[in-house]
Amino acid sequence: MTTAAIPYTVEPRPDTGLNNVKLGIWLFLASEVMLFGALFASYILLRVGAPPGTWPEGATILNVPLATLNTAVLISSSVTMVMAWASCMKRDLGKFRLYMGLTVLCGVGFLIIKAIEYGAKFQHHLLPSTNTFLAIYFTLTGLHALHVIGGMAVNAWFWGPGSKMWHTAHQQFTNRVETAGLFWHFVDLVWIFLFPILYLL
Amino acid sequence: MAQPGTAEREERHDDHSAAHEADHQLGFWRRVVFSVDHKVIGIQYTVTSLFFLLFGFSLMMLARWQLANPGEALPVIGALFGASRMPGGVMLPEFYNQLGAMHGTIMVFMGVVPLAVGGFGNFVVPLQIGAPDMAFPRLNMASYHAYFWGGVIMLASFFVPGGAAQSGWTSYPPLSDIAPTGQTVWLVGMIFLITSSLLGSINFIVTIIQLRAPGLTFFRLPFFVWAQFVTAFLLLLAFPPLEAASFMQLMDRVAGTSFFLPSGLVVTGQALEVSGGGSPILWQHLFWFLAHPEVYVLILPAMGIIAEVIANNTRKPLWGYKALVYSVVGIGFLSFVVWAHHMFLTGMGTVMNAFFQTTTMIISIPSVIILTALILSLWGASMRFNTPMLFALAFLPMFGIGGLTGLPLGLSAADIHLHDTNYVIGHFHYVVAPGTIFALFAGIYYWFPKATGRRMSETLGKLHFWPSLLFMNGIFFPMLIQGMAGMQRRLYDGGASYSHAQDVLWWNDVMSWSAWGLGLTQVFFIVNFFWSLKKGAPAAANEWQATTLEWSAAPSPPPHGNFAVQPVVYRGPYEYSVPGMERDYLPQDDPSETAADTGSGHGLPDPVPAE
Amino acid sequence: MSEQHAVDHGAHHDHADVDRHVRVYVLVFVALLVLTVVTVAISYLDLPTGPAVALALFVALVKGSLVACFFMHLISEKKLILWVLALTVFMFLGVLLGPWITDLDQVKLFGT
Repeated sequence: MTTAAIPYTVEPRPDTGLNNVKLGIWLFLASEVMLFGALFASYILLRVGAPPGTWPEGATILNVPLATLNTAVLISSSVTMVMAWASCMKRDLGKFRLYMGLTVLCGVGFLIIKAIEYGAKFQHHLLPSTNTFLAIYFTLTGLHALHVIGGMAVNAWFWGPGSKMWHTAHQQFTNRVETAGLFWHFVDLVWIFLFPILYLL
Repeated sequence: MAQPGTAEREERHDDHSAAHEADHQLGFWRRVVFSVDHKVIGIQYTVTSLFFLLFGFSLMMLARWQLANPGEALPVIGALFGASRMPGGVMLPEFYNQLGAMHGTIMVFMGVVPLAVGGFGNFVVPLQIGAPDMAFPRLNMASYHAYFWGGVIMLASFFVPGGAAQSGWTSYPPLSDIAPTGQTVWLVGMIFLITSSLLGSINFIVTIIQLRAPGLTFFRLPFFVWAQFVTAFLLLLAFPPLEAASFMQLMDRVAGTSFFLPSGLVVTGQALEVSGGGSPILWQHLFWFLAHPEVYVLILPAMGIIAEVIANNTRKPLWGYKALVYSVVGIGFLSFVVWAHHMFLTGMGTVMNAFFQTTTMIISIPSVIILTALILSLWGASMRFNTPMLFALAFLPMFGIGGLTGLPLGLSAADIHLHDTNYVIGHFHYVVAPGTIFALFAGIYYWFPKATGRRMSETLGKLHFWPSLLFMNGIFFPMLIQGMAGMQRRLYDGGASYSHAQDVLWWNDVMSWSAWGLGLTQVFFIVNFFWSLKKGAPAAANEWQATTLEWSAAPSPPPHGNFAVQPVVYRGPYEYSVPGMERDYLPQDDPSETAADTGSGHGLPDPVPAE
Repeated sequence: MSEQHAVDHGAHHDHADVDRHVRVYVLVFVALLVLTVVTVAISYLDLPTGPAVALALFVALVKGSLVACFFMHLISEKKLILWVLALTVFMFLGVLLGPWITDLDQVKLFGT
């Protein structure tokens, strides 16, 4: 499929200092901010509107230790992700493989812990339909988990078959890793707010 | 339709020719269905959305039978709809509600926006900025397919048990939460459509920022591009909350949550077995947070089209280009802080009502500035009254009526009487129907020669225009009258059972006949469109003697890659009737400079094209 | 095709440069872990709702800023991106607070 040669896909446009992909991913993240923002807004309205005593404190229903562990896992994956990009910059394929691999593993770890959490909830018949707190909890963390899965799929591809581009178009590959990294850090960022709001307040 | 093959082979023989030869080896699927060329995608959006517009309009033409003749059987075709919709040819209330909800949904999300943004935006913007394509061609293709399949899902909803969505295009809970299955299908369809718009908006913003030709600074952009630029930001930031809300309503319907279901809800005598604790108002906030910017998405591209057509057919620069630009940016920004004027009657309190009333009044200012600038642009014109110009000229007073009738609605005290009446329907249809849709017709008649290399028939164009203008007013003006008399909207019997509506009931007949007349009139357009594709007279590259790049720098139709040579821009977009020049237009990329070359309109020539 | 004309950013960032960034990443990582512990610790203090929310959000904001500024390189990002984000933050606050503010029982203006 031939596309007409589009300028600035890899090299930056002089007056903006950006290439197309970097601008594109930040715009996408802007829309994601609005998406999660709407859900946080729902949380606020529902909680403020709940009659006194009907809204449970997160810690009484949710597993704080597991979630804290998950927070550490996600933060670690963010570091390994940015280290993977740094390895691209230093043209160290071995290090790139290591760090990107760790990032994917951390992502898997996050999802496993999440699955354990959800499983425990379902076992105790704590479902989204049980009350509005659980409804917003499952929706927020569920949507977040979908983003983790998406990000992981992209990262796994760059670790695996996508890494062929390391040799054929290294600069473009590095840019793509950076772009994937931006998405991944955003996923971490959302969790940084999700965790205290849902679990600790 | 564009014939890339034939235009291609006569093209230049530089090093791109090999790539383009390879392009022709692409099979039907890669070239037509999964094309990544913005022009093909633009045409795909255009054809698909025109079909949906016709379909959505037909739904309402059907509903108008019930409104004019409540409880009567529709002759001949009534029986075709089956016992679940129109037993014995008499429309059931449930089906009437489906027609209403789907008419709105289809017209807004599957008709107007995809045509205005997906169709015109995709086809024209890269050409007008001198780019070979959009920044992300494959994303563009994905956006179209998300739209197409979302549309299919929406249409499929008519055939699920219980029928299509029937809680208004606004889908207010709790009603929408407990409505039949079609509502779930609606929500899934919306998620597809929203995704399409989100991906598309990213593409537009990056394209306009990054792919402008050398010398094309922001203040040399055609106003159409500015309008699409602001529109893209509206779509990018306003749609996600509705996506979130749709997801939550989906959870309510499928997973038993109570995001929008309050405690103690009783349905037909039985308490609902849900956890409760939800907020119906939450949906309204999230819905209108999108839907208000959405109406600006409906109008801004239209204003952009009108600006292009007026500048071209008055043979003079637009009046107040900078005012237009600042106003369109201002509208974009303000459109995010007026949404609760749709919620004046929900009990927010006087302070909040006052806040939103104020912002709503303020946003009318840039709208008026734009309309005024367009009207003032007519002064001293050498006017050409071709079909695009007729539609553009009609747009001005029609949008004026639409805008003015919005003012009482934006004042919370007056809105107490007018909210949810036919007046509201009259208001917004004036803006969208003889407003935006007329602008879209103007755009089709204007850019058809560029896209196809053929001219449309002026005779058929005029036969399309005049009755359409008459019938549009015949449909929507009476709504203002009925609304002011207190007739509620969405009434299955057209108000027949309400004593206070009796005096204005007869307008239902006028409106229905006008609707059917409008429908018939579109036949002229449809015939013109398809006949001209095959038999239209050949069009020139610069068919309208225009100044913008799509006309001056590309053939009709443009080949893959658009331009033989990268255009360089030397001046603003509307250098018509430049004093001292023989020709009455000076294209943006024409390197010859005259003494009166005004660059961006300041009277100072540019010695070197800016980077 | 564009690769031939690409400016190789790798050449502009020598290894020492990247190493300096890596040192920052490690520091930020440690800070994030510490702040996570702080967040959880605060929750055990059993503060009244107002201060609890404010403090939790404040810490989250600090953590988020570290991720955004250093991992996402916002601290050295181009102006255009920063403007897009500023606009987004404004809209985000609008959708976040709008529904709640309109729902408050008593919104007083000038003592009305």
